[in-house]
Amino acid sequence: MITIRNVSKIYPNGFQALRECSTQVEKGEVIVVCGPSGSGKSTLIKCVNGLEDFQQGEILVDGTSVGDPKTNLPRLRSRVGMVFQHFELFPHMSILENLTVAQVKVLGRSQDEATERGHKLLERVGLKAQAPKHPGQLSGGQQQRVAIARALCMDPICMLFDEPTSALDPEMINEVLDVMVELAQEGMTMMCVTHEMGFARKVAHRVVFMDEGRILEDAKKDEFFGGARTDRAKLFLSKILSH
Amino acid sequence: MYEFDWSSIRPGLPFLWKGMKVTLYITLVAMAAGIALGTVLAILRMAKNRALAWLSAAYVNTFRSIPLVMVILWFFLLLPAVIERIFSISRQEDTRLTTALVTFSLFQAAYYAEIIRAGIQSVKSGQMGAALALGMTNGQAMRLVVLPQAFRNMAPLLLTQTIILFQDSSLVYVASLADFFGVAGIIGTRDGRQVELYLFAGAVYFVACFILSSLVKRWQNRLKGHA
Ligand SMILES: Nc1ncnc2c1ncn2[C@@H]1O[C@H](COP(=O)(O)OP(=O)(O)OP(=O)(O)O)[C@@H](O)[C@H]1O
Ligand SMILES: [Mg+2]
Repeated sequence: MITIRNVSKIYPNGFQALRECSTQVEKGEVIVVCGPSGSGKSTLIKCVNGLEDFQQGEILVDGTSVGDPKTNLPRLRSRVGMVFQHFELFPHMSILENLTVAQVKVLGRSQDEATERGHKLLERVGLKAQAPKHPGQLSGGQQQRVAIARALCMDPICMLFDEPTSALDPEMINEVLDVMVELAQEGMTMMCVTHEMGFARKVAHRVVFMDEGRILEDAKKDEFFGGARTDRAKLFLSKILSH
Repeated sequence: MYEFDWSSIRPGLPFLWKGMKVTLYITLVAMAAGIALGTVLAILRMAKNRALAWLSAAYVNTFRSIPLVMVILWFFLLLPAVIERIFSISRQEDTRLTTALVTFSLFQAAYYAEIIRAGIQSVKSGQMGAALALGMTNGQAMRLVVLPQAFRNMAPLLLTQTIILFQDSSLVYVASLADFFGVAGIIGTRDGRQVELYLFAGAVYFVACFILSSLVKRWQNRLKGHA
């Protein structure tokens, strides 16, 4: 479903954020990407749907090359769901409008159809009653669940998560993880940047460990937790598991 | 000691009201056109295309560096000929109002553009990312997500700029256009009561702007309270 081959990325200021990264996500597979701050996790996941460009290598999503200038990026992105660390709900719209605007403007669905789908997904993430409210009136955990519902409204072929729980108060983390676990168990293809190792143990098929722009480990979950090979990964794991 | 005589004002009110309508007309048209053009300039200013960004910057900086009264004088000397040619209006017709509208729209656009640019920059970059990630084009993301928030954040400043425009529109007197200020002058000269008429006009500008500014300030505080 997602193939990343030898991708290198240099930001306009000359900083090299990715160095020859390769990995792939099969259909129905869940992979967790982890690594210290600044290691390039966000950059990598943003390259997958073309929010960031890259100078070298190739990324294929469902057979479409992301880096190809001929690719219709908006069309590709409309099929790839993305959830951000800071939710990024649109504050000037109601919760329901947040869920319908792209269905109508991007997919060309009718307002009625989009509304129905929006309500259905709100119900699914347990927020049916919040439809008329504005994002500012919701807690962080609720906002992130809305953000997941907003992405699901587009019927994506895969989902990208960039630290979806790291901006949340501890007591709200689980309500978001529960939605993600459910999604994973239904067979959604997912690429998740997260440090929630409990989530990784529960549903991930593979774990990718990054440091300084490189993918240092890319292993089956059990292998990764059973014994990470590199010292960097061991150190990282001991740090995040100790708190 | 100067003796005030306010008796010219009451019979002059209908004429003054006619002048006020011209003032409001210029203000509202220049506001609408200025914000529309200002939005385009602001977006071009941030475009990846260097030439477009440079052109927009040049436009904005040029207009902001020249006193308004000079721009008005030049335009009133030059524009009528252009307008006559473009709209094929005969020389008999009065092109002064059209000239004023064009001048103020173009001039104000430079000021609105800077406010709107700041507004766009005040919207978190993640909002653009989220809109694009949903499959929106750059244009859709701008129109549906970024600009509405930019305008909401900048509404008080846009209104403040419009209050300045309302005052500055009195400068059309240099082209002897009968706006509110111009009419006050005409009546004052006719009746030999310029002091009273200009004091009255000043009071009207003051009251109108003071009320509007207070409303803007209250609105601004409410917006701050929300954030
Ligand atoms: N727009 C940018 N311009 C220049 N450098 C950038 C830019 N965005 C990120 N970087 C740099 O690229 C590196 C990787 O950033 P990235 O956001 O991908 O890291 P990350 O692994 O997601 O970190 P975090 O855990 O803090 O989110 C960092 O050193 C960062 O400073
Ligand atoms: Mg990150």
